[in-house]
Amino acid sequence: MEEQLWRRVHARSGDKGDKADISLFAPDQATYDLLAREITAERVRQHFSGLITGKVERFEVPNLLALKFVLHGALNGGASRSLRSDSLGKSLASALLRMLQYPQSGS
Amino acid sequence: MKSVRIAGGLGFYGDSWRPIRASIERGNVQYVASDHLAELTLAILQKDRLRDANLGYTRDLVPMLLDLLPLALPRGIKFVLNAGGLNPLAARGALLNALKKAGIKLNIGVVLGDSVLERLDDLQAAGVSLAHMDTGEEIERVREKLLFASAYLGARPIVEALDAGADIVLTGRVADAALFLAPMVHELGWKWDEWDKLAQGIVVGHLLECSGQATGGNFGGDWRSIPDLAHIGYPIAEVWENGEALITKAPGTGGRVNFDTLREQLLYEVHDPAHYLTPDVDVDMTTLRMEEVGPDQVRVTGARGRPAPQTLKIVAGYDDGVMGQAMIGYAWPDALAKARAAAEIILEQMREIGLQAEETLVEYIGYNSIHGPLADERHVEDLNEVYLRIAVRCADRQEAAKLGRLFPPLALSGPPFIGGAGGMLEPRGLLGIWPTLAPRELIEEYIRVSVEES
Repeated sequence: MEEQLWRRVHARSGDKGDKADISLFAPDQATYDLLAREITAERVRQHFSGLITGKVERFEVPNLLALKFVLHGALNGGASRSLRSDSLGKSLASALLRMLQYPQSGS
Repeated sequence: MKSVRIAGGLGFYGDSWRPIRASIERGNVQYVASDHLAELTLAILQKDRLRDANLGYTRDLVPMLLDLLPLALPRGIKFVLNAGGLNPLAARGALLNALKKAGIKLNIGVVLGDSVLERLDDLQAAGVSLAHMDTGEEIERVREKLLFASAYLGARPIVEALDAGADIVLTGRVADAALFLAPMVHELGWKWDEWDKLAQGIVVGHLLECSGQATGGNFGGDWRSIPDLAHIGYPIAEVWENGEALITKAPGTGGRVNFDTLREQLLYEVHDPAHYLTPDVDVDMTTLRMEEVGPDQVRVTGARGRPAPQTLKIVAGYDDGVMGQAMIGYAWPDALAKARAAAEIILEQMREIGLQAEETLVEYIGYNSIHGPLADERHVEDLNEVYLRIAVRCADRQEAAKLGRLFPPLALSGPPFIGGAGGMLEPRGLLGIWPTLAPRELIEEYIRVSVEES
C-alpha cells in the first residue's frame, strides 16, 4: 500500500528565477495529513541535496489538500542561464515523488 | 447577474493557437487574453530589436490574429495580448499594416511604460537600490551587461484602453493574470479597492494564463486518464459581478477540467499561496473553494484579497555568457560505462587545449540528464543506450564552439558502438535574470495608453 503512495499523490513544478516551486497534491484528507506530517521542509532539502544550494520553504494549503515547497538556489542560477537539460525544473516535481517511492529509506 | 466570458490564449511564445479557434467557435466567449512572454522571451525580443528597430515584439502576433479574426470579428470578440513585448508600438504598426491589407477596421490600443532600462539611472537617483530581491546583491556587477529591464504593470492601463474603445489591446510586460483581470474590471465595473473581487479575478487569470496546463496538459496525476490531448481545449472562464467564476472549456475538445487539473494550475509558480502578490491585489488562495458542478465545469469562489503592494516588480536580464554543448550516444552493453569513458576523454582534452569554461556540466541522457544527482542508480547496469551530453559556460561564442569540435573524433577513436554522433549544437547565449523592486509611483507616472484605428 505504502509503496503505491507516489502513484496516488500528484505534483507539478515550475520556476521563478533561481527558485523551483513544487506543489504536492493529496487525493484525500488522510493522505494530506500524512504528507503534512512526514514531508517537512528539512526532509525535502536533504532529498534535493546536490541539486539545490539554498533553503526550502514549505506552505500548507489544506483547502486544496496541497503542500507547496519553494526551493532556493535550485536551477543553476535560473532557467535562462542554466546548462541543465531540465533548465525550467519541470521535472523536479517527479524528483520529489521519489521521496514517496521508498519511504522506508528515510531519505 | 452580469457576467463576462474569457478564453485563455497562448501560454508562451511558440504555443499553439489552434485550440483558441474552438474556444471562439464553440465557447461563447467575449474576450481572448493571451500570454506570450516568459522571462527568456524578452531576451530574444531584445536581440530582434537590436537587429531591427521595428522588431522587439512576438512575431506570432500577426499570423495568429489574421487566422483568428475571421472567426472572432462576426462574434464581436476582443483581444488582450502582451505580444507587444519590448516594442508595443512596432507591434501595433505591424498589425495595423496587416489589418489594412485585409480590409479590417479595428481600434488597437497599446500600453507603454513597462520598459525601464533607460530609466534605471533615474530610479537609482531617486533612491531605489535595484538590489536583487532574493539575494540582496547590489546591481553593480551586472549593471553594464543589462539587456532589458521591464516592470510588471497591472490591469489598470489595459482597462483604460478597453474603456477608450479598443478592440485589441497590446501590452509589453504586465502581470500575466492582469491580461484577464482587465476585461473583468471593464465589463463588470469592479472598483480598484474591491479586493476580494480583484483576488477572484487574479485567480481566474492565473488559472487561464498557461493554456493547456489548466485543462489536463502537463498533468502530474494520472496522465493516462486525460482524453485526447491532441485536440486539447484551452480553458474558458465565466466570471460574475460578485466575483464567482466557472472554469470550463469548449465542447468537443480534448483534455479535462476538474478539481485535480485546476488545483495543479492554481498553485503553479505562486510561491506563498496566502500572499500571491500582483500589482493590483495581494491574493490569498487558502480560503478558496473549487467544486466540480458538471462535466468539465468547476466553480471557483472564496479567494480573499488584501490591498495591492506599494512596490512593483522589475525583471531585468543580463548577458551571462555563452553555452557550448555537444552529444553522442552509446549502445548496450555497458552503455553508461562507455559514455562515462567518453566524458573522461573529452574533459582531459578540454584541459589540454585550454578551453576556458566558467562551468562544465556532464549529463547522461537516458540516466540522469533530467533528475541530475537525484537519479535512481539501481537500474543503470543494463540500459539499451545512453547519450553523453556535455555543456560549458564560456565568455564568448568562439570559446564555446571549441567543445563541439572535440566530439566527432570520438567516432573512430573512442569507446565502441555509437549513434547520433551529429550532436554538435550551435552555441547559445545565456541570460542572467535580475529581479528587483521599485516604488510603484516611480513606474506608473510613465505609463501611457493610446488607441488608434486601422
